[in-house]
Amino acid sequence: MIMLEKRPQPSRAWSLATPLVAVLATMVFGGVLFAALGKDPIEAIRTIFWEPLFGEFAFYYRPQLLVKGAPLVLIAIGLSLGFKAGIWNIGAEGQYIMGAIIGAAVGLAFYPYEAWYIFPLMVIAGALGGWVWAMIPAFLKVRFGTNEILVSLMLVYIAEQLLASASLRFLKNPEGFGFPGSRNLQDYPSAFNGELIAGSGMHWGVVTALIAVIFAYVLLNRHMLGFHIRLTGEAPRAAKFAGVNPSRLILLCLGMSGALAGLAGLFEVAGPAGQISIDFNVGYGFTAIIVAFLGRLHPVGILLAGGLMALTYIGGDIAQSNLGLPSAAIQVFQGMLLFFLLALDLLTNFRVTLRKVEVA
Amino acid sequence: MDLSAINPILLIASLMVAATPILLAAIGELVVEKSGVLNLGVEGMMIIGAVAGFATAVESGSPWLGFVASAVSGAVFSLLFVLLTQVAKANQVASGLALTLTGLGLSALLGQSYVGVKPPQMGKLDIPVLSDLPVVGPILFGHDPILYIGIALVAAVWALLKYTRAGLILRAVGESHDAAHALGYKVIRIRVLAIMFGGACAGLGGAYISLIRVPQWTEGMTAGVGWIALALVVFASWKPWRALLGAYLFGGVTVVQLNLQAAGVAIPVEYLAMSPYVITIIVLVILSADKSSAPAALGRNFHASR
Repeated sequence: MIMLEKRPQPSRAWSLATPLVAVLATMVFGGVLFAALGKDPIEAIRTIFWEPLFGEFAFYYRPQLLVKGAPLVLIAIGLSLGFKAGIWNIGAEGQYIMGAIIGAAVGLAFYPYEAWYIFPLMVIAGALGGWVWAMIPAFLKVRFGTNEILVSLMLVYIAEQLLASASLRFLKNPEGFGFPGSRNLQDYPSAFNGELIAGSGMHWGVVTALIAVIFAYVLLNRHMLGFHIRLTGEAPRAAKFAGVNPSRLILLCLGMSGALAGLAGLFEVAGPAGQISIDFNVGYGFTAIIVAFLGRLHPVGILLAGGLMALTYIGGDIAQSNLGLPSAAIQVFQGMLLFFLLALDLLTNFRVTLRKVEVA
Repeated sequence: MDLSAINPILLIASLMVAATPILLAAIGELVVEKSGVLNLGVEGMMIIGAVAGFATAVESGSPWLGFVASAVSGAVFSLLFVLLTQVAKANQVASGLALTLTGLGLSALLGQSYVGVKPPQMGKLDIPVLSDLPVVGPILFGHDPILYIGIALVAAVWALLKYTRAGLILRAVGESHDAAHALGYKVIRIRVLAIMFGGACAGLGGAYISLIRVPQWTEGMTAGVGWIALALVVFASWKPWRALLGAYLFGGVTVVQLNLQAAGVAIPVEYLAMSPYVITIIVLVILSADKSSAPAALGRNFHASR
């Protein structure tokens, strides 16, 4: 009979190995899924994972990797801080939207005036937008004990309606011939978050994401607050005795993740997306949850996981145009990844042993 | 603006229809949470039920078969959650999210060829005399059968939890799995059954949206109803009849805002459309002060050490 024996401490080796095994398992089962859809599984997997990096048009796709990876990493870093402490912000998508709306609104308020300080102001506004949106569940949890999972998620739907309102009404381009959507910030040099090195895909969002990774690493390993975050997640009772203030932790963790998600939204709207439109958000806030777990809630892991997830986005697009693979298949693929990861974590926390059933 | 165009009788009748998907999903989740499991995958199970029910109804021509298929597929899909939380002992919050994310993707994949298709209609209950009564007729006797099944489910769950031995065991498992285990109850087995029941109910709720409420299939059409159902369980403080009350309240908000949109009120459509979510938050805030009725073992995994 198969028995599970709880390990006194999570296995370090398995903790590092499970993401890799999960990726492999997802490739195998993803291949089965693609085969079931009538596509050549080997070709599909190759297109998703190989083509963007080393294929014929890799020079075009590699910069895209940074563009798609940056928001995922930025959001996931913020989420991981809360997840570590058992604070579940799953409304990053809404904070991302609010960062984009507020940031773009500040930029558009200056239009067509040109000045060096406009973009920095937009960045601050974007972070504030996301921060405020995350402070709603944080405040309600601290003050009334309201469940932050449900509130942060409800706020996603509210943010989506505000986004529709922004692109149809208050941020609508007055010279847009009646089409929904704001002015294109790419045509407004003071507000445009362009590539820092032409053709590299490197924009301010990528720089910020890298800074966030370093910042989170230092915070978690060298700072008292980081220690408190880890302690609260691993041993809540011990944290209480150590004098950790749970309310402060909730406000800080949700606030930081909101601000980072808001930043991600601002860099996206001012750069690659260019404008506020109804379908501006593409689910980065939800995919970032997978990124955070796949990266084991560790900053460096998240950086790698963000890259991998960006790869599946780009590879998925290529597979869609080359092989006719439905875009939803990639969504399933990403969901599967989280699934296998969680399932395989069994090996991290438990020892699986075979034992004969003893008759008492 | 013409508010007089809103017919109060039709309003109440359509309120009941709008409330039913939330009610079905919430009553299932209530049982799941009573057994001490927090399944955040309601939205995912609903959308799977919505697409499976829709596809089956279209292919077979029978809405009844569609509903059966939706319940079965919801229960089968919930087995993924069982695998993660009961077998692999994974974190329930993360597992629920995985279920929702996978469900949304999978349903979009399965439903591709059904976009724009019209499903077969389910007949309305038509009792001679009773259904033709003014006022009472359309409100009480003029609905589709599933709506009544939803209300019957509430009564059944209430009776089960309050009066039967099975209900007592279920509650015991949810309050203290260690004690229940020590008494010899199969904690994991009971929880698996509860999760599957929750999946079946969520599936039914999803199919109610795609087959009766809307009725058509669009990607992501549950639009947060599963999450509202989760909030509703908190609102109901884990009591079945209060879940019914709550569902009608949310249904009422939804219907009133749709009617106001149609009547052309001066408020922009987006602000009306966000009102159910705003109200959910407000209700959660008001009711979250009282957590005494939450099952004590909610969200905690059980691992028998021997």
